[in-house]
Amino acid sequence: MVKVIIYPTNSLILSDLVERFGHTPIAMMAKIKEKVSTVGVDSPPLNITPEEPKMGLKYAAVEVPAGVRGRMAIVGPMIDEAEAAIIVNESPMAFGCMGCARTNELTKFLIRQRDMPILEVDYPKGDDEAREFVYKIGEFLKSLPKDEKEGEE
Amino acid sequence: MSGKEDDVITKIVVISSDSVLPIDAAMKIYESETSIVIKETCFGTMVTGPRKDVNRVIQEVVDLDRNHIFVKERGFPPGDERRCRASRGGGPRPGFHYLREEVQMLPMIGRALDDYEKKVPLKKTPEKKKFEIEQLEDIIRSDL
Repeated sequence: MVKVIIYPTNSLILSDLVERFGHTPIAMMAKIKEKVSTVGVDSPPLNITPEEPKMGLKYAAVEVPAGVRGRMAIVGPMIDEAEAAIIVNESPMAFGCMGCARTNELTKFLIRQRDMPILEVDYPKGDDEAREFVYKIGEFLKSLPKDEKEGEE
Repeated sequence: MSGKEDDVITKIVVISSDSVLPIDAAMKIYESETSIVIKETCFGTMVTGPRKDVNRVIQEVVDLDRNHIFVKERGFPPGDERRCRASRGGGPRPGFHYLREEVQMLPMIGRALDDYEKKVPLKKTPEKKKFEIEQLEDIIRSDL
């Protein structure tokens, strides 16, 4: 079982496919859950403290906007934790509620810098493309090692 | 910090099936007799409860139509004041637009998963290229 980071980091389709093929998705939702449910500072809308942009300095320079650094404080450790990655390009909806375009570019850049298996595909626009999308992701996930299942609940 | 056992999680179940309705999934969850909270939504259900129970119930629901029911974890619990539109003056909640975009793709993905399971060979499709800038220029100029 391998930890697979997905981009877009909150994708339903990717998160489901990774889990379906027996791996652990590293997705934004689980990290956000930690932020919103950890007992501590409860500053709406999230438990984002002034510490976050500082943590983001590991991934982005100081002159980068605090918003990017704050987001990287969540996304950065996800990239560090990952053992494989699936990047889906051509996802215009990843720009918007999810975050800014610069964070997305930096996320993809940092994932590509890591020495790990990476699959890059495009979001499908038709049935044929969807089939190719699923086949590629399926084969990629099947090619990843699937051991240590006993330790998992 | 809470331990792994009392770790409460929320999962979104999105139903894109021709044979299973969101109410069928909800009934399945009601039948499960576990201490979980569910919320029925327009796209499926949201299930909140201890991780072990949620995963077990979700597996039962997914088994209703494996390739056409999709699941992802959600950060906020249902009805959370920071996200729920009831306390935010209406409008779609943050994150809904993304989900809606993906929900539109789910029938295609479901059919592709069916084919993948049946090992239908992949047809080679010509790669679509982006519109060349020169072509666009030609079109603009041809109108003049």
